[in-house]
Amino acid sequence: MNTRQKPATNFLRNLQIWWFAFLGKRIRSGDKKAAVIDSYGAPGRGKSGLISVITVSIILLLWWLSTQQEWVPPLFLPSPYIVWQKFLLISCAPTYWQEFQNFLGLTSSTPTECIGFNDATLWQHTIASLKRVFTAFVIAVIFGVPIGISMGMSRIPRGVFDPPIEFYRPIPPLAYLPLTIIWFGIGDLAKVILIFLACFAPLALNARAGVRSVSIEQIHAAYSMGASPTQVIWHVVLKGALPEILTGMRVAIAFGWTTLVAAEMVAAKAGIGVMVLNAARYLATDIVFLGIIVIGLIAYSFDLVMRWVERTFVPWKGKAA
Amino acid sequence: MMSRTTKGDKKASQVVLNLEKVGVVFPGNLGSGDVTALKNVNLAMRDREFIVALGASGCGKTTLLNVMAGFIKPTAGRIRIKGKEVDGPSKDRGVVFEDVWGPGKDRGVVFQKHALLPWLNVLQNTAFGLKLQGVGERERLKISRDNLDLVGLKDFEQHPVFQLSGGMQQRVGLARALTSNPDILLMDEPLGALDAFTRETMQELILNVWHKTHKAVFFITHSVEEALFMATRLIVMSPRPGRITHEYELTFWKDFLDRGDARKIKSRADFIKMRETVLSIIHGEEEPEL
Ligand SMILES: Nc1ncnc2c1ncn2[C@@H]1O[C@H](COP(=O)(O)OP(=O)(O)O)[C@@H](O)[C@H]1O
Ligand SMILES: [Mg+2]
Repeated sequence: MNTRQKPATNFLRNLQIWWFAFLGKRIRSGDKKAAVIDSYGAPGRGKSGLISVITVSIILLLWWLSTQQEWVPPLFLPSPYIVWQKFLLISCAPTYWQEFQNFLGLTSSTPTECIGFNDATLWQHTIASLKRVFTAFVIAVIFGVPIGISMGMSRIPRGVFDPPIEFYRPIPPLAYLPLTIIWFGIGDLAKVILIFLACFAPLALNARAGVRSVSIEQIHAAYSMGASPTQVIWHVVLKGALPEILTGMRVAIAFGWTTLVAAEMVAAKAGIGVMVLNAARYLATDIVFLGIIVIGLIAYSFDLVMRWVERTFVPWKGKAA
Repeated sequence: MMSRTTKGDKKASQVVLNLEKVGVVFPGNLGSGDVTALKNVNLAMRDREFIVALGASGCGKTTLLNVMAGFIKPTAGRIRIKGKEVDGPSKDRGVVFEDVWGPGKDRGVVFQKHALLPWLNVLQNTAFGLKLQGVGERERLKISRDNLDLVGLKDFEQHPVFQLSGGMQQRVGLARALTSNPDILLMDEPLGALDAFTRETMQELILNVWHKTHKAVFFITHSVEEALFMATRLIVMSPRPGRITHEYELTFWKDFLDRGDARKIKSRADFIKMRETVLSIIHGEEEPEL
């Protein structure tokens, strides 16, 4: 009774406590350089940020060098400069910049006309794809997480959902793309459903694993303190499953992006995927590169956000308690 | 023999928990036969008693505790709390769990075997039971703080539990179990994973807490010294089938509560003699009595 009276304040208080836990950990790990020495032999210890920066720099450098020295024909590998130019061209950034300056009253030139690529600017392509992927992702979370939890929790949903999920999970989306088109048409619905299917399996399976990872001791302890079965589900099992649910979300959104190009293969007006496909048809490798880079950057940024969410909201993940 | 907790107090010998001919048989898997984890266990636990169960691994101690807690239904016999048949866990029995670090092996998924809730801080973990029972915030925080004070964790109430040492985590577990004010406290090797120093401190702390709160305690250990030092009654168990073979009433705890100095008690001649007797039983040098 009491527990449900002020969920908002409870939530805020929990948020605050988590936040302080997070801060405390950051502060403490700041002055704990010795921990690296203490944990001799621990797999994967130490920081890797700088190494990543170096790797990326080397890749960019090699890319630049190989085009500069013309080791590879530009058709196969456009130079970074050309890709950058293409970015300016189809993102219409210079036009927007002119309009912005006009708006501020700094200039009063007529903006250069800009049509992007395939009748849409890079932003329009990106937003069309983002909408598809995130719509599919959100719907998949809404269905996948509860279904996964119910699978972990009781045998009937597990029996019902396990065979279909395990059956379709390894099938490449391209294989059932024709079916989604025949069934759901060539509109956005079919595309969203394809991405939804890609996101759904990892969400459900991770939520299920999360429920199973809750220790029987935690559940027994709650019962011994007078908890009802419903309370155990809400206050122990669901919260205990949270770390794996978040992992599922990370995996799922990555799967979503992986499926994007396939989803946009048929009858998409705008979208990064269709942009890449059309560019390939004209052998416009530079635009293909641009599309790949945009997808990669968006997916990577989202992953960084999810990692931050994990550190902030489930700071106990991977720690013995 | 009478429990010595409080002389002249009639309530002191009231039976709170009664096991009659309790047996537990786990069905075997393919290729292995049934496991008789407990056979014909009789035990009457009196109020304010500190019963310690001692025995080698696999002799059914945890199974016995699980039966008492209501986590396992015995396949034979009956178990009653204050005359009432036990049907599942309830807040009249607080449980402190075995402190096992590292991944568990009894289920498919790798998980940490722990009983505290890592998303709650020390105070919230302690107040968790009262919160679920619908006790108002002010009251539940007061009770929880009192219990944290009792186990010496007053200054740690805002700490996340996953940053605490093993000893401190077990103290949170104890405070949490006490907060629901159970009649009986069940502890499954709560000190098993602690280092020797922390372990001795915790033994003394638990005895003091027991003395102050007047709980009946059932405490599992595989350390003979710990068992002798803490028990008002010691039960020694044997495996295959798991059963109680010996019982002793002990008073070393009383000397500690009266005079302190645990090390001195543990090095006394009568203590060492008792220790050797019990050890030789466990090593099977004597025929079991039952
Ligand atoms: N859930 C179970 N299923 C099958 N056998 C079990 C189960 N739990 C315990 N056992 C068996 O019962 C016996 C007693 O176990 P347990 O009570 O855990 O011993 P202890 O706590 O004294 O080490 C052991 O042989 C163990 O393998
Ligand atoms: Mg055990």
